[in-house]
Order: sequence, then structure tokens, then C-alpha cells
Amino acid sequence: MREGKKLIFEMSTSGRVGFSLPEEDFTGIEIDTKLPDNFLRKDEPNLPEVSEVDVVRHFTALSNRNFGVDSGFYPLGSCTMKYNPKVNEDVSRYPGFALSHPYQPEELVQGNLKLLYDMEKMLAELTGMDRVTLQPAAGAHGELTGLMMIKAYHEHNGDHDRKEVIIPDSAHGTNPASASMIGYKIIEIPSGDNGLVDLEALKKVVNEKTAALMLTNPNTLGLFETEILEMAEIVHEAGGLLYYDGANANAIMGKARPGDMGFDVLHLNIHKTLATPHGGGGPGSGPVGIKAKLIPFMPLPVIEKVDGEDRFIMDYDRLESIGKVKGCYGNFTVIIKAFAYILAMGAEGLRQASEDAVLNANYLKEILKEYYELPFDQVCKHEFVLSGSKQKKMGVSTLDIAKRLIDYRYHPPTIYFPLIVKEAMMIEPTETEGKETLDAFAETMIRIAKEIEENPETVTNAPLNTVVGRLDEVTAARKPILRWKSEN
Amino acid sequence: MFPYLSHTPEERNELMKRIGIQSVDELFSDIPESLRLKERLNLSHPYSEMEIIKICKDLSKMNGTSEDYACFLGAGYYDHYVPAVVDHMLLRSEFYTAYTPYQAEMSQGYLQAIFEFQTMISELTGMDVSNASMYDGATATAEAGLMAINAKRKRNTVLISKTVHPEAREVVKTYFEKAELNLLEIEMKDGMTDLKDLESKLTEDIAAVICQYPNFFGIIEDLKMVADKAHENDSLMVINADPISLGMLKDPASLGADIVVGEGQSLGNSLNFGGPSFGFMATKQKLVRQMPGRIVGQTTDHDGNRGYVLTLQTREQHIRRQRATSNICSNQALNALAALIYLSLMGKKGLRQVAESSFKKAHYFAEQINQISGFTVRFADPFFKEFVVESVYNIEEILKTMVDHKILGGYPLGKDYPELAKCFLVAVTEKRSKEEMDQFIKVLEGIAK
Repeated sequence: MREGKKLIFEMSTSGRVGFSLPEEDFTGIEIDTKLPDNFLRKDEPNLPEVSEVDVVRHFTALSNRNFGVDSGFYPLGSCTMKYNPKVNEDVSRYPGFALSHPYQPEELVQGNLKLLYDMEKMLAELTGMDRVTLQPAAGAHGELTGLMMIKAYHEHNGDHDRKEVIIPDSAHGTNPASASMIGYKIIEIPSGDNGLVDLEALKKVVNEKTAALMLTNPNTLGLFETEILEMAEIVHEAGGLLYYDGANANAIMGKARPGDMGFDVLHLNIHKTLATPHGGGGPGSGPVGIKAKLIPFMPLPVIEKVDGEDRFIMDYDRLESIGKVKGCYGNFTVIIKAFAYILAMGAEGLRQASEDAVLNANYLKEILKEYYELPFDQVCKHEFVLSGSKQKKMGVSTLDIAKRLIDYRYHPPTIYFPLIVKEAMMIEPTETEGKETLDAFAETMIRIAKEIEENPETVTNAPLNTVVGRLDEVTAARKPILRWKSEN
Repeated sequence: MFPYLSHTPEERNELMKRIGIQSVDELFSDIPESLRLKERLNLSHPYSEMEIIKICKDLSKMNGTSEDYACFLGAGYYDHYVPAVVDHMLLRSEFYTAYTPYQAEMSQGYLQAIFEFQTMISELTGMDVSNASMYDGATATAEAGLMAINAKRKRNTVLISKTVHPEAREVVKTYFEKAELNLLEIEMKDGMTDLKDLESKLTEDIAAVICQYPNFFGIIEDLKMVADKAHENDSLMVINADPISLGMLKDPASLGADIVVGEGQSLGNSLNFGGPSFGFMATKQKLVRQMPGRIVGQTTDHDGNRGYVLTLQTREQHIRRQRATSNICSNQALNALAALIYLSLMGKKGLRQVAESSFKKAHYFAEQINQISGFTVRFADPFFKEFVVESVYNIEEILKTMVDHKILGGYPLGKDYPELAKCFLVAVTEKRSKEEMDQFIKVLEGIAK
């Protein structure tokens, strides 16, 4: 199974080309008469010289050393690795979309603007918010944008002392990182014994300095925050706002809406909830929904429909806007894919998707809790968190279990997160998986649990069936090699 | 009924039986009664694939595109040629349906690709290290400003030249305002960064100076002089560069850059109405621990086999939380992969040819336009593939007439630069043919009559 792969640079042969360009007819122009010699680069960038077939074979080989949702089951918690519909790839590549320039006159991009306008309306309905900006490029970018609007709102009200953002200890790392990027002090609150926010702990830290509470609901344990209305009241009473991290929105589509729960600002990860592919780390898209009182602060531009006409414009004339947060208008072709997904599912389908996602998670939880510790034994939403502590006592860590799953051709769950569960394994099956897939995965997890009891080395030595063995991350960080050089 | 879902009603029943429930509603009983939606969402009914195709096709046809119009519109987003191979490789679903490569042993393909990408960005910019990508050129510029402030602890101000892309400046301004940091603009003179104004603003608060190369007007500024002045003041030099230009122009490292960022769209990505594309960021070895974003490093397994992993992660939000260098998590990996495939195909010769072809065509074209009465090329300094045209005629009307002749004539400068209200920016890539330029000239001559 072990096999090396040359880097593209190591395949280079001087004189080989992988491109063709038209014959030129601009012989009258000599570069050296137009540009002083010292403007030109003398040492060429060391790019490879390879043929087109070399390139195709190389990247095909690399793709064969990778694993996506199309390759198999990918229960990576909090990442919602559902199936990515193929027609969405097609429609997002239509020349009318993909070949439109961002600075074309508005008359020539009415289709794009209409799509963005309609998408905003659909997301507002899905989440129960008043308006939505589609500009943020990812979930974390959405958090930053939403928090900027919250900051602008408080400043507008003359509330300059609200410098604290409250975040539960189970939150994603992006929450505190986003808040601290714009100068907020992070107040972390511990989760209660039931895995939920402890109202008493919350009351203790909410005060006139509170800018916002950031919450993921269902939270990263996959549990619904049942006291959300009480929390909203506590925070609102003190003059703070509620921020909803939409990473787990796949649990509640058509079942409940953050807007109804009291949230003032939210982001969705449409590369999770709305089935657009993750692309191996991006591009994502992180639309931000807001309640009416925050509309003046939306980032520029805002897409508006001209009254009484079937015409759309980009409104830049908004004095209290936080300004621009990204070049142009967001990750547009990603938004097209989510748009097509909502059309395919409709209101009924989105609701069914969330129901099946929750059903699948509870099914796996019930089977696996007999073999792995389940710290919070109750109804979960779209994901649940197991602990590998029992196995850890036998000398096998959650990391080992994850690596062994790879041998069986499964992508492992999210591991060691949330931080409040020891040896955590966060499992999110999503709604697109059928019973055979769930059963086969459960059997594999059970088999690994047995291996740990009978023959733990097969697990601690895993993975065995991959192109490389377990890699030395410590040396990678201590003596970083971050690029190829001919002498490497 | 829904092709993206798997369960039949019978299977749902089997699952419910195993869980020990009668109805799926029991799984939602933890949501307070008052919050449970009683009504169907006010969204459309489910559409079939055929209908979705029709709806999207109709919307797409409401747009004009760089396919139907000769595109002389640039301003940071360029109609360079994207070879067929790029999209064929991007459609390998092992790439595009993967998540971030957290599990290295089953993600060696993507990790190696990012390592190759980092190498190419380092080569183009001349810098030591690159990250795995940022959202776009504008946000990468903002992050570079924040990175400089982190690196120069006691300094809280960044200078940005007015010749930097207006949208990039807007984004930096938003990030800085909300972070309660200072951002000052350096005035421009003759379409370039005003060195006197720069000198007067280079105080001990200045963490970095940000310039663009070639600048927003296409002009190749002598940034070595700017960098020298910045360094004399112990400030960092940030250069926002057009990656295509680096096929022929001096690399930013040799001009004195400490951080190089840029908009990567030109490298193998469609225009996409401005997104997704990607931003790149490269820096010097000594600043690598201040750099935001994912980084891939080379290592070995226990048998000494070469492999790749995400590394230096203690800079990042999932480890360091509020003390991270940035909040960035998802980046634009697939767009960076497109750039890698593009640069692999082009190689050192191809990239140079694209750069030189764009340069030559732009210069030929500028000379032609300059000969038409009522139209002049505005600035005298060397430019790359984009230049400013000034006219005695109304710019809006000129561009409108162009559209009537199936030409995207350029970017009007008045809204970003009131002093250039009589000017527009014209971009020429290797894709523009002599016929298209002749047609453009004919339209201008028609206006001049």
C-alpha cells in the first residue's frame, strides 16, 4: 500500500511545455524599449516544465491519494459532510454566471443580482431573520462580519463600554478568535453537568459590558439548548445581543428558526447546511442574517429591487454601513449551488433532511453507546459526542481509533472536540446516508472496540492500508519544511 | 421522492424502532413547544433537476458575459485564459468533496497539492514561505495589515497608498476601524505613491506600509524606494501583487517586501462575478509564526516515507482560540488548487509568455488609443497590462456606447477618484485579439467624429 509520489517539480524536464498560446502579431512592440531593464526579473520563478499529460496524470494521482464524500462515509462532526448534488456543479459553471465580470454595468448582471436577491429572501425565511448579507466568504468570516455589525450597533447607541463577548466553553475556536479580532474581551462560561449553558453561570457574567452572547444551537455536543428563551431574555435585558453560530443548522431546518429563538444575528455555513462542497477546505460561504435593528449596518453593497420594476441594483449609499468586508459580492458561484439545492429540496425536503439527519444521529448513538462511553445520554440532534476514555484506559487513544477507521475506508469523526469531553469523537452522519451505510459503520466501530480488547496493536499501529503511515507532526512543526527546494 | 436522501418510509420506521420511538417528533421534543414550527416554511415546492436547470439557465442568460463581450474590463479581476485541463482536474470529486485535510494519511493528495502551491507562490513572490490561501486579495491585504501590527507590537498604525485597489482599501478600513487600529492613506502623485507624503507620515507608530504592484492604474511603481523608506523607519513593507505580472517583473522580495499578498483569480480561475477566487499571502521565514491561515509542511512517517501535514497550527483558532493570529478557518483551497494546476501547465515559459503577451498588446493598444483626438493615455510611467485613458467626452457615455458594440470598455475611475472623473481604466490580457482592439478603436473614433 505504501507508495511515494513525486512532486510536480521533480517531474520537470527542461524544454517541456503544457500550454499553447496563439501566434503573436505584435512584433512592433519591444519590451526593452518600454520598460527599464531593472524592472524585469532576471531569475525566473522555478515553475515546473511538464507536458499536459504529465499534469493530468499528476493531479489524477493526487486525487487518488485523497478522500471525499463521493469516496465514502464522512461522519466528521460539525462539518455536515452531506452529499454534494452534481447538477449544482453544472449550473454554477454556466457561462452567464462563471464568465461575468464583477464590475460589469448593472444592466448586464441582472441575472446574478436577481439570484442573490431571491437567495437572500429564501435564507431569511429559513432562519427567521429580516435580512441577510451574502458577502462573507466562510463561516468565520460571517462571524467577524456579524460581530462588526453588533459593534456598530452598540456604538451607534452610544454604548461604548460594551467590550465583552460571552462564549460557552463548548464553542468552536472561531468564535473567540473572531471576537478578539475586533478587540472584544472573551468571557468564557463553563457548560453545566448536562452539557448545556448553565443559566446561573450566564447571569453572573451578563452585565452592562456585555456586547453579545455567541451560541451554537444545537451546541457542539449535538444538544439543543432548551433554555434558549431564558438566555435570550437575560442577555437582552442587559442590553446585549444574541449571536447564532449556524454550524449546526442542519438539525433544525423547517423545525425551528434561530430568529424565533431571540437571536439578533446569525451566520449559516452554506457549505455545510446547504450541500455545497467543501472543496478540500474552501471555498465556503457564510451568509449573515440579522434582525431589523441591525439593517443599517449591513456591509456594502446591499442588493435591492427597484420598486415597481423587475430590476435590481447594488446599493452603496448607506451611511451607517460597516463598509466592505470582502472584494466584490461574496463567493457567488458557491451561493448558486446552495440556491439550486434549496430549489431541489423545497420546504418539505429541507424539513425531511433535518429529520433524517437527526434520526440517523440518534440511531448510531443508540447502537454505539453500548461500546463507547456516551457522556450525555439523551436525545441528540444531528450529531453526538462519544468519549474514548474506556478505550484510553486500555492504552488506545481516540487518535488511534480514528486512524484505524481510515484502514476500513471511513473518514474518522471530528476528534478531541469539543474540548469539554475527554477523548472526544464527534459523529455527524447527515441525512444523505442510508441504513446500510450506518449499519456498516456501526459494525466497524464495534469491531474496532473488540480489536482494542483483543489485539490493541492493530489499532495503535494504524493506519496500515494507506499510502503513508502515521506522520510525524512534531518534527513537522519543530523543523518546518514549508516548500520544495531542489536540494530537499 | 428526494434523490439526495436515502431512507424509504419503512427504513425510517426501522431506525425509529431501534431508537425506541414512535415518531420522529419525539427526537425534537427538547425544542421548547413555542419554538417548534407549526407551519411549512414559505419556500417553493421541490423542483426536479430539469426544472432547476431551466431556472438557472434563464437567470444566467439575463447576464452579459466576457464570452459575449470583448472584455477590456479589469481592475483586479482579469479575463486571462483558463486551460481546459484546470476544470477537468477540479471536477475530481476526491478533491472537491473533501473537507480540510485534517486526517493526513487519507488526504495526502490535497496536502501535497497545497505544499506544491506554497512552493509556487514562494517562487513567484521570491518570499520564503506561503500559506494555503486567504479569501481574496482584499481580505488578504487586511490580514497582512493586522499581521504587521502583531509583529510590531507597540505600533498601531498602517499606511496604505491611494494607488492600492479601492475595494482592498475599503476592506482594510473596515477591519481596522472595528479593531480600533489606525489606517492612514498616502496621497498619490502622477498616479503613483507620493514619496514626500509617505515620508511625512512615516512616524514611529507605523507598523507597515501597503502598496500595490503594479498599482491599481497598472503602473509599475518603484517600490524599492518605498520599501527602503519603510525599513529605515523600522516598518514592514507589504506589497499587493498581480501574480501574472510576476512572470516578467522583478519579484516583490527583491523590492524589499516583508509580506506579499494578492488576488489570485488570474491564475486559472474564472471571473465568477468576483468570487470565489483566492487571496495569497507569503512572507519571510522570521515572520512565519505571525502569519494567518493554514500551512502545510513536509515530514515523514515512522518508516521514513515522505508525507505532508497541516503544521504550525498553534497559530490557529482551533488551538489558540482568542490568541490566534486570525479567525480564518475555511479558506479557498479549491481555487488555490486551480492556480496550482494552471501554473503547472504554464510553467516558467508559459507564465512569462502570458505576461509578455498581455504587456505587448496593452502597449500596442495604448499607442493606438493615444492617436485618437480627444483620448489620451493619462500617466507617463511604465505600466504592465492596464492603463488609464483620459477623454474630453463623457466617460459613462463612452462605456455605454461600447456595450452597444459588445465591448466591456473598462472601469470608470470617477467614483473612486473624483480627480480622475474624466478617466477610465483599460485592461488587456493575452486573450484580446487585434480584431477586438480594432473594433474598440473604431467605436472611439466614432465618438470623436
